[in-house]
Amino acid sequence: MSAVERRVWLAAGLALLCVVLHMAVGLRGNLAFVLELRALKLLALVQVAVAVAVATVLLQTVTGNRILTPSIMGLDALYLLGQTAMVFLLGGLGFAGIDPRLKFLSALLAMVGIAAAVFLPILRRQLSLYRMLLTGALLGILFRSLTSLLARLIDPNDFAVLQGASYANFSAVRGDLLVVGCVLTVTGTLTAWRLRHALDVVALGPAAATALGIDWSRQITAILALVAMLVAVSTALVGPVVFLGLVVVALAERLTGTQRHAVLLPTAALIAVAVLVGGQTLLQHGLGGAGALGVVVEFVGGLLFLFLLATERRR
Amino acid sequence: MMMAPVVSGRVAGFGTVLVCALLCAASLSVGVSDLSVADGAEALDTLLISRLPRTLAAILVGAGLAIAGLVMQTLARNRFVDPGIGGTEQSAAFGILLVTLLWPTASILEKMAVATLTAIVGTAIFLLLVRRLPPTQPFLMPLFGLIYGGVIAAGVTFIAWQTDLLQYLDIWMNGDFSGILRGRYELLWLAAALVALSWWCADALTVASLGKEVSVGLGLDYERMVQAGLAVVALLSAMTVVVVGMIPFVGLIVPNLVSRLRGDNLRGSLPWVALGGAALTLGCDVLGRLLRHPYEIPIGTILGVVGAALALWLLAGRHERG
Repeated sequence: MSAVERRVWLAAGLALLCVVLHMAVGLRGNLAFVLELRALKLLALVQVAVAVAVATVLLQTVTGNRILTPSIMGLDALYLLGQTAMVFLLGGLGFAGIDPRLKFLSALLAMVGIAAAVFLPILRRQLSLYRMLLTGALLGILFRSLTSLLARLIDPNDFAVLQGASYANFSAVRGDLLVVGCVLTVTGTLTAWRLRHALDVVALGPAAATALGIDWSRQITAILALVAMLVAVSTALVGPVVFLGLVVVALAERLTGTQRHAVLLPTAALIAVAVLVGGQTLLQHGLGGAGALGVVVEFVGGLLFLFLLATERRR
Repeated sequence: MMMAPVVSGRVAGFGTVLVCALLCAASLSVGVSDLSVADGAEALDTLLISRLPRTLAAILVGAGLAIAGLVMQTLARNRFVDPGIGGTEQSAAFGILLVTLLWPTASILEKMAVATLTAIVGTAIFLLLVRRLPPTQPFLMPLFGLIYGGVIAAGVTFIAWQTDLLQYLDIWMNGDFSGILRGRYELLWLAAALVALSWWCADALTVASLGKEVSVGLGLDYERMVQAGLAVVALLSAMTVVVVGMIPFVGLIVPNLVSRLRGDNLRGSLPWVALGGAALTLGCDVLGRLLRHPYEIPIGTILGVVGAALALWLLAGRHERG
């Protein structure tokens, strides 16, 4: 077993340990009920972790930029904007009458459409790293402000349908979207895994990748759609998570010391599972502040981002 | 840095003053109660107790924030920062949160004093940190500032969450003029004094924008200038956050637009920055009152949309450097 493989197994062990702890710590009362509840939550957390990690790796590869996450580019805000726009157009009753899975899928389609319209030109223009980041950050603010503007324009009753979307909340996950989320996460992750060698080439940048036989614009369009889909899953399940992806991908790179996607993808996903499930278990049983995991991750992730910005030298 | 004016001063000046006057008239006449049907005394009351203070508050806050942005851009030597991008407003909110938690009986002046102190500390840390960034990357500093402000805001949110103050937090984090009545905004006149002060030292500011070496060579006490500028930015931001809540982007957009039209000589452009800030804030406030009449949309939300769109436009028109 090579050193890199050992590191991947280490991450897998850590993730497994966190999963076992999550299921086993502080068990009491009606065992079947508790276990079912925990298993559902675990499923959601694992999905979010994998979706965020894979989406971040993909976006960082396409942009050739290791300090980016989908949320910094405003992708999660785009999902919320799609949801709010639907309530705005259909009204609260009309919106509530639609099957949640259908709602989710149509918000997803709207999001992929807008993402393609807005971000593909930016990616094609080959902006410098910081200019692209700043453009993305401003777009994120624009989408978030538009969402809250639309939210103000709809009835308070309608607004209740949307509520609780501004903070990541890992305690109350959406049960009704688990299955459709599962299908999308698995499909997205498998697609990314199948593309892993192509991704290694895409990471070399447009010129080198094209020379090596990659159809650049088709490939980045597909990857961007994949990223949008995965972000939609995690945002729909728990709300916006900005810096989690950044933290786990940075950790995965430090741990394995490679940028090959065959290693990076699974390691980042496993570390994300360990961080989310472990952090949630710790806060829930150890520190008694289960609702706060989102804020803690954002705080730590934000500091890490500042550190990376300050130390990153231009490639 | 220096650019010559591209629009004749008189035309631009006349236009801005006219727009401002029109917006004032609109702001005085837009609201839930219809002044033309109410009888004289009641209409006068509405005007003097609610409409006029609100209009004045928007003008003062807008002018103050635009000047704060200009001063901050001068200190950071980067066109793309303002008190919202760079953690000043977030640090002020942190100060107010601290006062609310530890000293609930504090008066509004005491709150503002603490908020000013935390704003000075937060901005000073930002300015110290960005000195380490490579100067060849003009877009790195605003990006750093956005996330820096975001981290402070996350900390504030976390504390508010733990202490059940999230509802209060929303009041400071999203600016809104709807609570402004006579007797609740007078603190904002301080902004007028600070704008006058910055006009008085405009030439020194212009020199300071050339950087430490040049300005010391030209006989300017650079460090003291930086400290004074920091105090002005922090005071203006803290005052705004205490009285109306955070208002984004005014300090970023107005100085940039004015410098496109009028060049970088601050003595000449400062009045237009103040006027432009007032016009933008007032316009967005009126828009917020009209969009869903008779309900209101907070100006923080309106300016989030308008400001982010304008900032993207400014960014797209900017040439790549470095």
